[in-house]
Amino acid sequence: MNLNARIPSGPIEQRWDKARFDLKLVNPANKRKYNVIVVGSGLAGGSAAATLGELGYNVKCFCFQDSPRRAHSIAAQGGINAAKNYQNDGDSVYRLFYDTVKGGDFRARESNVYRLAQVSVSIIDQCVAQGVPFAREYGGLLSNRSFGGAQVSRTFYARGQTGQQLLLGAYQALERQIDAGKVKMLPRTEMLDLIVIDGKARGIVARNLVTGRIDVHMADAVVLATGGYGNVFYLSTNAKGSNTTAIWRAYKRGAAFGNPCYTQIHPTCIPQSGDYQSKLTLMSESLRNDGRIWVPLKKGDTRSADQIPESERDYYLERMYPSFGNLSPRDIASRAAKRVCDEGRGVGPTGLGVYLDFSDAIRRLGQKTIAERYGNLFEIYERITGEDPYTVPMRIYPAVHYTMGGLWVDYHLMSTIPGLFVLGEANFSDHGANRLGASALMQGLSDGYFVIPYTLGNYLASEKFAKVDESHPEAVAALAQTQSLTKQLLAIKGKRTVSSFHRELGKLMWDFCGMARNAQGLEQAAGKIAGLREEFWKNVNVAGEAGDLNQSLESAGRVADFLELGELMCHDARVREESCGGHFREEYQTPDGEAQRNDEQFAHVAAWEYQGPNQKPVRHQEELQFEYVKPVQRSYK
Amino acid sequence: MNLTLHVWRQKDVATPGKMVRYDAPNVNEHMSFLEMLDVVNEGLILRGEEPIAFEHDCREGICGSCGFMINGIAHGGFKNTTVCQLHMRHFADGDEVYIEPWRATAFPVMKDLIVDRSAFDRIIASGGYVSVSTGSAPDGNALPIRKQDSDLAMDAAACIGCGACVASCPNAAAALFTGAKISHLAHLPQGQPERKERSLRMVRQMNAELFGNCTNIGECEATCPKGIPIEVIASMNGDFLAASWQERPPVEIAGAG
Repeated sequence: MNLNARIPSGPIEQRWDKARFDLKLVNPANKRKYNVIVVGSGLAGGSAAATLGELGYNVKCFCFQDSPRRAHSIAAQGGINAAKNYQNDGDSVYRLFYDTVKGGDFRARESNVYRLAQVSVSIIDQCVAQGVPFAREYGGLLSNRSFGGAQVSRTFYARGQTGQQLLLGAYQALERQIDAGKVKMLPRTEMLDLIVIDGKARGIVARNLVTGRIDVHMADAVVLATGGYGNVFYLSTNAKGSNTTAIWRAYKRGAAFGNPCYTQIHPTCIPQSGDYQSKLTLMSESLRNDGRIWVPLKKGDTRSADQIPESERDYYLERMYPSFGNLSPRDIASRAAKRVCDEGRGVGPTGLGVYLDFSDAIRRLGQKTIAERYGNLFEIYERITGEDPYTVPMRIYPAVHYTMGGLWVDYHLMSTIPGLFVLGEANFSDHGANRLGASALMQGLSDGYFVIPYTLGNYLASEKFAKVDESHPEAVAALAQTQSLTKQLLAIKGKRTVSSFHRELGKLMWDFCGMARNAQGLEQAAGKIAGLREEFWKNVNVAGEAGDLNQSLESAGRVADFLELGELMCHDARVREESCGGHFREEYQTPDGEAQRNDEQFAHVAAWEYQGPNQKPVRHQEELQFEYVKPVQRSYK
Repeated sequence: MNLTLHVWRQKDVATPGKMVRYDAPNVNEHMSFLEMLDVVNEGLILRGEEPIAFEHDCREGICGSCGFMINGIAHGGFKNTTVCQLHMRHFADGDEVYIEPWRATAFPVMKDLIVDRSAFDRIIASGGYVSVSTGSAPDGNALPIRKQDSDLAMDAAACIGCGACVASCPNAAAALFTGAKISHLAHLPQGQPERKERSLRMVRQMNAELFGNCTNIGECEATCPKGIPIEVIASMNGDFLAASWQERPPVEIAGAG
């Protein structure tokens, strides 16, 4: 397997400029001769489809939701980073680059991250021009807030609905291209396979979720922007429909899967309340700007928060990490929460919770200011828990939120299958082993608006494309395979529902491949997942019919893929014998319980290559070079 | 608590539907309304019946996927709340709950509680954007915007496109939805160059989709889960009227001289 990352040479500041000059161009009159498929319509997919349409390509864009405006990017609350330095507080492209590489615990590719920091400034300009209503100061200029893992204020936001507003910006740009006839939108259509012809990605197999019809769609290149796979844990902050199917089936067609075990556990989510729970709700990290996190000093203290005097509270993040305090990065804050709860000092009915307290901030700034900053988040919290966070401290606990792993891509965002590009959370590239807050929106839009338009053009201009259509034997075979998989799922008629399998898988993943992992647990979990998968294919009960709107069938296909991915995640976590970022192996920690990296052996990307059903995949390595940011023990103390 | 549900079941757009009665035993007060339906559906699947189809995704009130009528009120009638955020503590043991899809000519029922809202996308496609291609934007701070205007734009931009406004309107009008987008962009300098054409195109598209006319009843504002104010409709009407006065037939392609 060829893992050439195609990183341009020269000083890092000039690499993207150099690449843009070296990349071949498609003549404006020729662009309309190329057909491009974009799967996913979130920040990455929506912005890519819109921009490629503007350039003149023929784009087909797919999403499983009823409208491209519903993609899960919409749920991002806190903000988007950009190295604008509007606050004059010491920010720069280099500092954003540095913070992101360090925040990722030195497991990201430097050149990609530098480019991300560079284009971050253009993203804000583009979004403002689209009419995204970012928060503003009274002078009429853009406002910023700070976020975890940074000591500058570089986060742009639109109340607590930044993802929504950015997505609506991309969606409106996309609708404009749909109206112009440059993008054909296929909502309620789910990609179920990738078609590879002569080693190149040439199309997809997709199911119309209303009629059940499965069709082949051919193109000259395929762009996947299908998001993350956090729902492998069943309970996560992801939307219920978020899934791994598109990237997993591309993996099974030969695309390498990079760092599958890197999972981000977000520290501030509303704790689980019962077994019926279907998802967890995030409370934006931005709350940590003004909220203080604490637990009682004493174990098993059951007094209500207002009865616990200041002297008997442990503001543990401020104590353990005085320079970053409540704004410590996510992996660090999550592990610290787990630790105090494991010590028996957790709060709430389950003991799995810590307080996020706004009383100091309300006293200092007034309730009005706090309401202006976080009003809608407080409302969400109140609606779910029935408690008023203006008077009672919030209770929060870590939950699965984001997956840094994904399909391996090179500097051009192309996977190991030529012509298959992967953007946004679906790829592995920019966040290393831990993503900093407000960087996911930045990456999605960077990939879609500013990277893929260049690199895709280069690919199309460099390759010759044989004429292929739906009747090509590879397309016919992929279609038949997908149809038979659907029939098989419906024919089992077993005794367990799809979601009962999903819950069981999720619990295994959370217990053994969650916030803390060890070799024995990971091996055990991998074995149990294989067993569960076997049972799934004998005993699952999928209701309804194939030729119909059938939500059970949709979810069965997705869970079948999670049951394979979960095992790969356990293998990847098992082999990575170090702790880094969100991947914490209990065997590898410093005396004070921090992650202990092993740069000599593991300063690389693990890229897994599929070998066939129930065969052990092969692990390849892309060595990471740190020419600019020297790996050190991360310290936020 | 134990509830009795009466749910609209419909196989597809062409087949007539009917209300069907289901028991929902042992409902926990901390469940969300959709989690209650999840549990009912698990039971249906195990009994060999088809589960109740309903649209949902983020389950935190922002994606706009979910929504149906609960006892005749869109999203159940709690202020600023979508059904996914509605918790069962608002119901009591023994309650009978009637669940029906959004009803509007422009929103055909596709299955059970799922309706086709693609008309909303077509309204946006007709002009609900600023025509700015990627790469051609000036610096974000080059254009100061009065904070109050920016806040008003944000109030309107908060619309999640769920369709509750249409479902609760006796005329099935989409004026709140369309007005929200027109008002969002009208409050910003970026929206000015296309302001007139935008209002003409979007309002005409709205009418072409067979949404009804607004008669200022205000049900839309009352049930909107994002609290979009009815002023946006006035703003839309104002823009549409002004643009209509000034509308001229498009200039034919000019020849030399």
